Amino acid sequence: MNFEFLGDNFMSLTVTGLTQGAIYALVALGYTLVYGVLRLINFAHSEVFMIGTFVTTIVWAGLGFGVGASAPGTFGVLGLIALAVVAAGAASGGTALIVERVAYRPLRKRNAPSLIFLISAIGASVALFELVGAITDRQPRGMPSLVQPKVQFTIFGADVTNLQIGIILSALAMLAGLDIFINRTRLGRGVRAVAQNPDVAALMGVNKDRVIMLIFVLGGMMAGAASVLYDVKVGITTYSVGFLIGIKAFTAAVLGGIGNLRGALLGGLLLGVVENYGAGVFGNEWMDVVAFVMLVVVLLFRPTGLLGESLGRARA
Amino acid sequence: MLLELDNVTVSYGRIEALHGISLTVGEGEIVALIGANGAGKSTTMRAISGLRPVGQGKIHFDGQDITKMRADLRVIRGVSQSPEGRGIFPGMTVRENLEMGAYTRRVRAEVDEDLQRAFDLFPRLKEREKQAGGTLSGGEQQMLAVGRALMSRPKLLLLDEPSMGLAPMLIQQIFDIIVEINQQGTTVLLVEQNAQQALSRAHRAYVLETGRIVKEGSGNDLLTDPAVKDAYLGVA
Ligand SMILES: Nc1ncnc2c1ncn2[C@@H]1O[C@H](COP(=O)(O)OP(=O)(O)OP(=O)(O)O)[C@@H](O)[C@H]1O
Ligand SMILES: [Mg+2]
Repeated sequence: MNFEFLGDNFMSLTVTGLTQGAIYALVALGYTLVYGVLRLINFAHSEVFMIGTFVTTIVWAGLGFGVGASAPGTFGVLGLIALAVVAAGAASGGTALIVERVAYRPLRKRNAPSLIFLISAIGASVALFELVGAITDRQPRGMPSLVQPKVQFTIFGADVTNLQIGIILSALAMLAGLDIFINRTRLGRGVRAVAQNPDVAALMGVNKDRVIMLIFVLGGMMAGAASVLYDVKVGITTYSVGFLIGIKAFTAAVLGGIGNLRGALLGGLLLGVVENYGAGVFGNEWMDVVAFVMLVVVLLFRPTGLLGESLGRARA
Repeated sequence: MLLELDNVTVSYGRIEALHGISLTVGEGEIVALIGANGAGKSTTMRAISGLRPVGQGKIHFDGQDITKMRADLRVIRGVSQSPEGRGIFPGMTVRENLEMGAYTRRVRAEVDEDLQRAFDLFPRLKEREKQAGGTLSGGEQQMLAVGRALMSRPKLLLLDEPSMGLAPMLIQQIFDIIVEINQQGTTVLLVEQNAQQALSRAHRAYVLETGRIVKEGSGNDLLTDPAVKDAYLGVA
């Protein structure tokens, strides 16, 4: 154990953790939205994220920015990232929509018990995973490093790079946008109504099917955006990339209070930070253990997660 | 006829709760539906709103067959319901709950007008405008449920036990308001345990027993009907 290391690098571990956590938080939204409205865990969501990481590389390669290509200027990079967000958002959102149509809706129409949905979602997850695995020959796919991390400023001895700032700010902006959409718009109110009482929502004239499609698409788009940030940060992806991120994001959602949008943010950031502290103290190989121990401890004391209330109850 | 149920059956799983009921509600009427617990009153309301599928039979509303129409589209056609148990959205404020009632409406000015009308009908709601629906008292929730159901400007207002859980004073008041709403031009189908009040306010009424309509007549006729008195009015 190396508490001295933690002490010496506290701030830089914090910044690294927040960056990682911002990506967890964006992916966590997909779990939380679907759970908030349907009270079901969308196990295929990890693969929705994975699809986004590939679409990003395909778009970049298609524009002449394959592995080894040198990065264009600042505006070029921003343009490439923006294009990738649109493309990956559409692909992940579309994939999520297909998952809903194929794995959820037929069961919903037959009032299947929750366990059946779980199996169906796991089936969809495996199908996507194997499909992309087969298409990519199970080989990882590289991409150019578009953003060279450059230290922008130092805070309490920790270097903060442009990449970290960009990832954290864009995640926060998307979360804020979603929060406003859910809490301030008519359609968002429809989502909350279905989450709180689906039958009464229908009595108000809310089309439940449309709301469910909407939350799958929104969650998918957020995962798509997260996948671009992931690609920019990590620079390589593979068909199994969704597995660990998916589990972490799900953990983040549960940690913050599943069904709670702001909980997803809190849970994501907290998870990212704590697992980085854990890695600092116990070594990298202990990172995931620390993350899950924290989850168990929090749930022992707060079974509904840190912020508790679900989309169904509080003001999301 | 504004609403017409023709031999409608509704089942929960294998158990049939409505065994073919027929009833009509004419434009401008208040029609009451009374019956013991479990008779199928709420099931009838759910079928009219489209929350439960109809097995056999037909439902016509405003000249159109709505038997298979989606629930949300029926709201647009002009059917609105204040459901049994009130169904307040607990995490929304009073105002947001009322706005939910206007979900299908697009003209902001009209919605504001109706908000005002709801607040005029139930001044208590105005005082609680920003309070979460889940923290209202039972009586306040009932007012909110009725006010909310009016926000879609329905042609037909379905009220499932609007007096449930209210103090006697408030029961009077809520029935007064129902009559007032009706006089402002809204047709009302009213389910009630409080048969005395319901029958004395309704133009016509039906008596439901274990999924069948066993009696119908004007409110006054049923009030004085010995069998109805015996079973539902608590006086011999
Ligand atoms: N969700 C359900 N699943 C199974 N059976 C149900 C369900 N809802 C109602 N029933 C049954 O259908 C029948 C009619 O119920 P309904 O709720 O329509 O009665 P009601 O007349 O409204 O009674 P109350 O006065 O108690 O509200 C009852 O026998 C009830 O047990
Ligand atoms: Mg009932």
